[in-house]
Amino acid sequence: MAQTYRQTAGNNAASFTLGRRRRWGGAVPYLFIFPWIFGFLVFTLGPLLFSLVISFFDWPIVGQVHFIGLGNYASMFTDDPLFWKSFGVTLKFAALFVPLNIVVALGLAILLNQGTRGSAIFRTAFYLPSVISGVALAMIWSWVYSGDYGILNYFLSIIGVQGPDWLNDTKWSLVAMVVASLWGQGSMMLVFLAGLKGIPKDLYESASIDGAGAIRQFFSVTIPMLSPTILFNLITSIIAAFQQLTLALLLTGGGPMKATYFYAMYMYENAFKYYKMGYSAANAWFMFLIVLALTFLVFKSSEAWVFYEGEMKRKPQKKSKSGGKVKSA
Amino acid sequence: MKRLLVYALLIFISLLFAAPLFWAVTTALKSPSELYLFPPKWIPTTWQFSNFAEAWTIQPFTLFLKNTLIVTLLSTIGQLVSCTLVAYGFARFEFKGRNALFLVVLATMMIPWEVTMIPQYMEFNYLGWINTLKPLIVPSWFGSAYYIFLLRQFILTLPRELDEAATIDGASKFGILARIIVPLMGPSLILVGVFQVMSCWNDYLGPLIFLNDQSKYTLTLGLSQFKGMFGVDMQSIMAITCLISIPPLAVFFFAQRYIVGGIANTGIKG
Repeated sequence: MAQTYRQTAGNNAASFTLGRRRRWGGAVPYLFIFPWIFGFLVFTLGPLLFSLVISFFDWPIVGQVHFIGLGNYASMFTDDPLFWKSFGVTLKFAALFVPLNIVVALGLAILLNQGTRGSAIFRTAFYLPSVISGVALAMIWSWVYSGDYGILNYFLSIIGVQGPDWLNDTKWSLVAMVVASLWGQGSMMLVFLAGLKGIPKDLYESASIDGAGAIRQFFSVTIPMLSPTILFNLITSIIAAFQQLTLALLLTGGGPMKATYFYAMYMYENAFKYYKMGYSAANAWFMFLIVLALTFLVFKSSEAWVFYEGEMKRKPQKKSKSGGKVKSA
Repeated sequence: MKRLLVYALLIFISLLFAAPLFWAVTTALKSPSELYLFPPKWIPTTWQFSNFAEAWTIQPFTLFLKNTLIVTLLSTIGQLVSCTLVAYGFARFEFKGRNALFLVVLATMMIPWEVTMIPQYMEFNYLGWINTLKPLIVPSWFGSAYYIFLLRQFILTLPRELDEAATIDGASKFGILARIIVPLMGPSLILVGVFQVMSCWNDYLGPLIFLNDQSKYTLTLGLSQFKGMFGVDMQSIMAITCLISIPPLAVFFFAQRYIVGGIANTGIKG
């Protein structure tokens, strides 16, 4: 679609140069984007820089403010067991959630893409849980997981398994969180579905002429063609995993025995329960850097496994972070 | 054979996905005596529709509904107006630093909310906005990266001849936007509106941090306070859960076509 625009612009070369001066015209464009510029300075850049500044201070919400240099960071790493505990919980959650999320979303998308009738109805069924609020989701799952009266344990009892008290069991509470999160991740499935629909049919035809079976086709056609989408979903999942807070607050409150005490919850409590604003800002910056580092590593590795159609041996560009889907937008 | 297997899997997984929702609805309709049974009863023997009205009065949910409506309506109008202006600015003008600024717009999507949360709280605290609905409304009037991106992409697909013809007819830049571009933007504006209505209606962390007085609560915050409240039974919790889920579900059914297409095209909505 961008092409048509370029063409018409070319056809009207005369009017284009004529209009050009007007388009450059002074302050008018800035007036249009002013709302964003103002919002960016006041609600994003300002706070971003300010949070970096206060991370070097002992900054209670009321009372004396002290500059302590790297003090917050030092005490975070050296004498705060909760920091390491919560960081570990989030890493464990991410390690379970991210791959499962990709596999489930991709699996559902493939099932929906089999060309069966009524797939729109099934698509709606898989997506519905993603529409409701995180609070509603947490309420529903805390009842599903109920050890004594929940349906999950009822189903398990039918096949002769005695289910645990999911949310109060240190071994199972984190797994329970992962499952509840997977229930609400329909948008990733939709992204995969769109990616699958974009794979040209003739690739599968020529693969099957070459004698490739379904499994071979999946690994030699589907996965490479889908790799930019996988990259995008991988990064979104990692970010989502590190920001998980609602479920922790509402399903378990971080328990039992801090087994689901997510890093985001640790940060939240430092700020709004103990009012250690500087310390919490330092926590936040640490998380920001970790997420940036992970994103960077994933991008780096993507050079090896992401296949960009039409980019013969050219290095994948970092900019196209939504993996070529932007093109179709 | 393969077809059969696919159907079987689709149906089985749909049931898995639907089971918790179904369980929530039937729980909301149960009488207290059937609530805590094992094995549980899927279908209540008597359907207690009065549960909804009863649960609604345990907390001032009508007030919460009013707050939620105010926030949702005003912030959605704000996003539609501001993002349209900004997207038009980026799509239709050439100016110094445009590409760099647009990259910044995209980059802001990567910043986790947690990093800016504390200074924002302090900012609103300084302005005396804590415990008012303003922190949930005002920022929406200054655009949001994802929506700006989405609308800009859409405006780029509209032929420029339209603008040029209107310019010859003496229309101002703003006149072009208001009378030529906006009427053509229908589907993408619906998409932005629907996304904003849903995310605003469903928002929990914003209200949690910025509101502390019950008279200012939104529905999600009111529901979250239910858990662990003395004397609140499961059927009341599920009744409110079902009630506050109806609007987003209704919006979804109404706008499904736009939503599915919109997510598929940009893939950014997490």
